[in-house]
Amino acid sequence: MIQSVIALTTRIITGCHSRQVGLCAPSGPRVYFANHTSNLDAVVVWSSLPRQCRKNCRIVAARDYWGKTAIRRWLSCRVFHAVLIDRTSVSHRRSPLTAITACLDEGCSVIIFPEGTRGDGDQTAEFKPGLWHIAKARPDVELVPVWIENLSRVLPKGEILPVPIAVAVTLGEPVLREETEDKQSFLDRCRQAMLDLKGVGA
Amino acid sequence: MIEHSMLILLGIVAALLTLGTLAAQIGIRTARTEKGIEVAQNLRARMRSWWVMASIFVVSILVGGVTTTVLFAISSFLALREFITLTPTRRGDHRALFWAFFVVIPIQYILIAQERYTAFSIFIPVYAFLLIPARMAAAGETKEFLGRMGRIQWGLMTCVYFISHVPALLTLQIKGYDHSNATLLFFFILIVQVNDVFQYITGKLFGKRPIAPLVSPNKTIAGLLGGLAVSASVGAALSWVTPFSPLAAAGMAFAIAFMGFLGDLTMSAVKRDIGVKDYSQAIPGHGGVLDRLDSLTFAAPLFFHLVRHFYALPV
Repeated sequence: MIQSVIALTTRIITGCHSRQVGLCAPSGPRVYFANHTSNLDAVVVWSSLPRQCRKNCRIVAARDYWGKTAIRRWLSCRVFHAVLIDRTSVSHRRSPLTAITACLDEGCSVIIFPEGTRGDGDQTAEFKPGLWHIAKARPDVELVPVWIENLSRVLPKGEILPVPIAVAVTLGEPVLREETEDKQSFLDRCRQAMLDLKGVGA
Repeated sequence: MIEHSMLILLGIVAALLTLGTLAAQIGIRTARTEKGIEVAQNLRARMRSWWVMASIFVVSILVGGVTTTVLFAISSFLALREFITLTPTRRGDHRALFWAFFVVIPIQYILIAQERYTAFSIFIPVYAFLLIPARMAAAGETKEFLGRMGRIQWGLMTCVYFISHVPALLTLQIKGYDHSNATLLFFFILIVQVNDVFQYITGKLFGKRPIAPLVSPNKTIAGLLGGLAVSASVGAALSWVTPFSPLAAAGMAFAIAFMGFLGDLTMSAVKRDIGVKDYSQAIPGHGGVLDRLDSLTFAAPLFFHLVRHFYALPV
């Protein structure tokens, strides 16, 4: 209930709607990976997903941001069922990957931002290797590229007041890892698949 | 209690919409070519959207009071959002845009609701014009400053200022007019939309010579003349719901139709400049909110001033 309300509110305010490019109904848990330009990114991608995909979709988010205040904790735990990742102390034992694969094993999809941090909206940073590790650990999980258009204009880094510019979220065809591929070329290919969605159907 | 004249206008609208819907259904059944089916399906989508838009508009008119003004305030908001979404803005515009959406739009429509003619006439063209660029200058980004400032101001003028002249009709005290001003507003919207539709139809049927081929190949001399003729006749036929004589009503409708044409043409040129065909896909079959309102933006201020100058009691 509260989830539907939040999804609807976000859709109305940002005007976000998802367009799917050659994507069929999910066969299992998925990893949605998107460009990161604003604090609202995760909420917008989550809200624009079709309802049956949104239901068991979790956001992977930084604990230092989403654990900070009571309302952020409530939103992240109760509404988005976020998988909170410790950015400050990443060790082998408490690897963020474990939390994500555990989540996928439970049958939940996740939303991640492989750039690791918010960009300025014009440039897309190189991907961090997390996506590669997920693809290796769970080769059968669909990796779906997502392009978020305009969100950096709605709420640029450092601003607190949003401007109601319409946001478009485009979901692409899943990327699959090829056997012979090395880490860098796989990450580059994923990044390119995401960038290719820019302006599709606009 | 709904006025008699309003009921008849509602009946006309319902009849026109039913006719269009039937035409679309027959077209879908009988179309043989791929192109024909496509045209019929587009017409069906358009008609469905027409029903929705007409229902929202009619309900807001019937509820009356401030509801109509609120409806146009929301339309302004959606139109400005479409315009700003498509037009390139820079980081330094952010605060100015926030002001445009959340301060300028509410103030303009509050002034309309309070019937403050002088204030709502000068607020955007004078004060928003001065303060928005000042806010942008304070943000410190000078790249393309003149162009960015012009875009925001144009967006505010067309999407907010001009559209707000439609509910402004409700503020006028009209001499010897025994219907409510809502009926006159209804008349205005009906003429604008009739002109849009018949300009399109006559243009499709008889149009040969485009007026400005580089801007819009679909706007032809025949389309313009057809739209003007049908609008003026419908205006004259409906003169009894207005404060105008039949001849004056035809003249008013002619003026509305001509300004509507100019609005359509100008907004097409803006779209060409931005590089899009429609402002969005918000209304199935029609495009964006601004695609539906483009002719209205230009017609509204002229109609308002004509009525105010020739028919309204001085306030």
